[in-house]
Amino acid sequence: MLSSHLPLLQVVIPLLAAPVCVILHNKTLGWCLATVVSLVSFIIACTLFGQAASGESVTYAIGGWAAPAGIEYHLDRLTAFLLVIITGLAAFILIGARENLENEIAADRLYLFYTAFLLNLTGLLGVIMTGDAFNVFVFIEIASLSSYAMISISKDRRSLYAAYKYLILGTIGASFILISIGLLYGLTGTLNIYDLHDRLADLENKRTLATALVFFTIGIGLKAAIWPLHLWLPDAYTYSPSIVSTFLAGTSTKVFIYVLVRFIYSLFGIEFSFGVAGLQYLLMLMAVVGILYGSIQAIRQDSIKRLLAFSSIAQIGYMVLGISLATAAGLAAGLIHVFNHAIIKATLFLCVANIIYYTGTDSLKQLGGIGKKMPFTMGLMVIAGLSIIGVPLTAGFISKWFLIQSAMANGYWLLIGLVVFSSILAVVYTWKILETAYFSDAAEAGPVIQDKPVPYSMYATLIIFTGACVYFGLQTDVSVGMATATAESLAGIRP
Amino acid sequence: MALLAPLIGAVLILLSARKPNLRESFTLLSAASLIVIVFSLLPQVISGARPELELFELFPGMNIGFRLEPLGMLFACIASLLWPVNSIYSIGYMRGNDEKHQTRFYICFAIAIASTMGIALSANLVTLFIFYEMLTLSTYPLVTHKGTEDAKQSGRVYLGILLTTSICLLLPAIIWTYSLAGTTMFTEGGIIPAGTDGLVMTALFLLFVYGIGKAALMPVHRWLPAAMVAPTPVSALLHAVAVVKAGVFSIVKVSTYVFSPAALSVMLDVNFVLYLAGFTIIAASIVALRSDNLKRRLAYSTISQLSYVVLATALLIPISILGAALHILAHAFGKITLFFAAGSIYTATHKKNVSELDGIGYRMPITMAAFAIGSLSMIGVPPTAGFLSKWFILQGAFSIENGFAITVIIISTLLNAGYFLPIVYAAFFKQPVNDDDRCFNEAPWPIVLSLSFTAVMTMVLFFYPDIAIKLLQPWVSSLS
Repeated sequence: MLSSHLPLLQVVIPLLAAPVCVILHNKTLGWCLATVVSLVSFIIACTLFGQAASGESVTYAIGGWAAPAGIEYHLDRLTAFLLVIITGLAAFILIGARENLENEIAADRLYLFYTAFLLNLTGLLGVIMTGDAFNVFVFIEIASLSSYAMISISKDRRSLYAAYKYLILGTIGASFILISIGLLYGLTGTLNIYDLHDRLADLENKRTLATALVFFTIGIGLKAAIWPLHLWLPDAYTYSPSIVSTFLAGTSTKVFIYVLVRFIYSLFGIEFSFGVAGLQYLLMLMAVVGILYGSIQAIRQDSIKRLLAFSSIAQIGYMVLGISLATAAGLAAGLIHVFNHAIIKATLFLCVANIIYYTGTDSLKQLGGIGKKMPFTMGLMVIAGLSIIGVPLTAGFISKWFLIQSAMANGYWLLIGLVVFSSILAVVYTWKILETAYFSDAAEAGPVIQDKPVPYSMYATLIIFTGACVYFGLQTDVSVGMATATAESLAGIRP
Repeated sequence: MALLAPLIGAVLILLSARKPNLRESFTLLSAASLIVIVFSLLPQVISGARPELELFELFPGMNIGFRLEPLGMLFACIASLLWPVNSIYSIGYMRGNDEKHQTRFYICFAIAIASTMGIALSANLVTLFIFYEMLTLSTYPLVTHKGTEDAKQSGRVYLGILLTTSICLLLPAIIWTYSLAGTTMFTEGGIIPAGTDGLVMTALFLLFVYGIGKAALMPVHRWLPAAMVAPTPVSALLHAVAVVKAGVFSIVKVSTYVFSPAALSVMLDVNFVLYLAGFTIIAASIVALRSDNLKRRLAYSTISQLSYVVLATALLIPISILGAALHILAHAFGKITLFFAAGSIYTATHKKNVSELDGIGYRMPITMAAFAIGSLSMIGVPPTAGFLSKWFILQGAFSIENGFAITVIIISTLLNAGYFLPIVYAAFFKQPVNDDDRCFNEAPWPIVLSLSFTAVMTMVLFFYPDIAIKLLQPWVSSLS
């Protein structure tokens, strides 16, 4: 009985927990609640994943109102895949985050942080679950507004400006998405994604549809920080609390990539998006420039968080590149990278979180010889760094292998050259960190500002994530199997 | 299996970091057990067995696994035999020169050996690639061991070239092979389907030849001289035991187990590789002739000797490919002797340049005698192992009347003589500059012991090459 309501519970539990968090008004209880809720969500997501893995899609009509009149939640492979990533990250990041958050956020605001976190989780899960285009917009806004709050909550005053910048750009993006959805509604009179898809197929005049597609792409591009719409991302990741950077880097951009995939494949239809409108060339261009730009900028950074932020822009480029190949293999490669990158980048940010906890800075200039002082954290960072480069036996290698293979199948030799070239750039920026850590003298580094021993819980989280980096480089049933099946079923939706 | 011994060794070394004696006995212990393991497998492989071990499946159609075959076995034997020798030498050298970070040194060394074993025994291209990268990464801390700005700069060159070539060329080549053949398993007779376009095959072969940057074919050779800043045992590891050997081994392996020499020889374009190798041999020899720094001279000599292997492989005749495999063996022992000698001189006298070595033979007779033997092996004079491999390579070149290869080998032999013999001459027949050098004053005993061992082995291999040839026989006959 309960199990049939799981799709709804997935979203509603964190939503209801958020106000409870405000009422509790206590930092420890807030943490307990948020962690428990994330864990429960994770368990629900795993259950749903088990249901969806068999290939059937489950539709849940809210309140018993059938679509298109009512709002329905829709569960298929792609949805379940993303749900597991998001809830898993949320749960495992929170478990070890308490001390770190208390360090970086003022004590009287902590309960607000947990509230925002839960709302953010609600938004992200809602975006994934819902089968209604307008609902997507609503949940995107819940997720975005709460992430502005999470960024600005940091003790670092610069985070206010970063959040403000994100707010402006994010709102522009949201408005564009809204305009797009409005146009679609005007065209068809429905908001259900699958219903829209069916009705759009019969449409004769595609001009308005093309306009909607353009508005949508730009709007979602802003949210997902696809080059050149990434301007908010470096500041937001750099100045927000480390745990927030970790969570956002691992989840929110991934969800917006999901929305992109979902709308292109399930709503606009690939015939139209890729065939008539030629969207793939635009996406490919954005991806290619994004990869190069992000990697080169990353090399030039001094702050590790900022370096990782630019690396994220490049890695988002990889995902978009996979999607833009417009084949099932390419889409699978993109999705595999969504999965792997979520884990890898979260691991790297957690390493930085530990460094900041211990030293109070993330500037490479001041971190010379940190490998000696934090051998454990830096050792794990080496593994995560190798993973982002794409060294075999780590998760990153799997992504790269499939991306190159799918590009090769299409005969895009130039793209392959680009992917391998950017791997080299990734080597450079990763090595910049490792060289500072291991081969620079501690003497030439600045004073260590704080000297706080890192609590074991933070280590525990880090170990789990690094383990995942390696585990998913060896055991690819989940990532590759699921992504391939998803991509094939999506690409098969041709009307 | 063979991989575990050095890895367990690495852990034990880490645990015993504070007690140098214990730490070094763990190194020796794991080295000894590695020899026992590898050589216990040897009779099996000679008798024709091909033991396999599949670790796990990465994704469908892609395994991580190991498979013993003659060529890999030969390489595993070389590496496992030279590791303990090199370790004894390292102990003498590292203590003699009071180097820092010795624990890190021994750990990385053990990991590098484990990766070498992985390369030697891998069953497919992906496994090979994994260990190839692991070897690069584990030797990087060894190259930058001194931690000076100079060492870091060289480390960047080392890592930059090796990673760039392997990621940009080797990895796409592997994926391309996979999409052509549907597998990356090493199989006798090659896996590239017979009807493949000649141009595609040439492009793929070139990707492999340059992707395996460790083979130091010009112009991707720059990492090798750059890595000279490393302590001498590391240079010995790079030049003789692991890194460059892994490079040429991979090339020989790919040309025989992924491609088939018979199919390759049909295509004229492969001559291109032959010319490149020939050019590298001559050019590197000339650079060696002109350099005064002893280690630099040895480094360029290595580049030239490696291209012998590539040249012999590119002849695509079974007999010359046998020569290529034997040259890996011969060069390993010859070059490690030379590097040991160079390190010995440095430890005892802190001399680095050829021009300072006048009369050094009076002071260090054992070292210089070993050096002479190593030089003779490089030149290819009997009774040293270098003669044998050169013999087979030349025999192959004559049998297909490849004038280019013959000319290259003869000229380079002259050049080899030109840059090695003057050193030997100066050491024994010129008078020392100051009187201190007249008295007998050798390097610490571990150093002398290990370099005498490798020098003797160089000669032993000339008289008893049977085991190696018997091991390789089935592999060579499968080529034709």
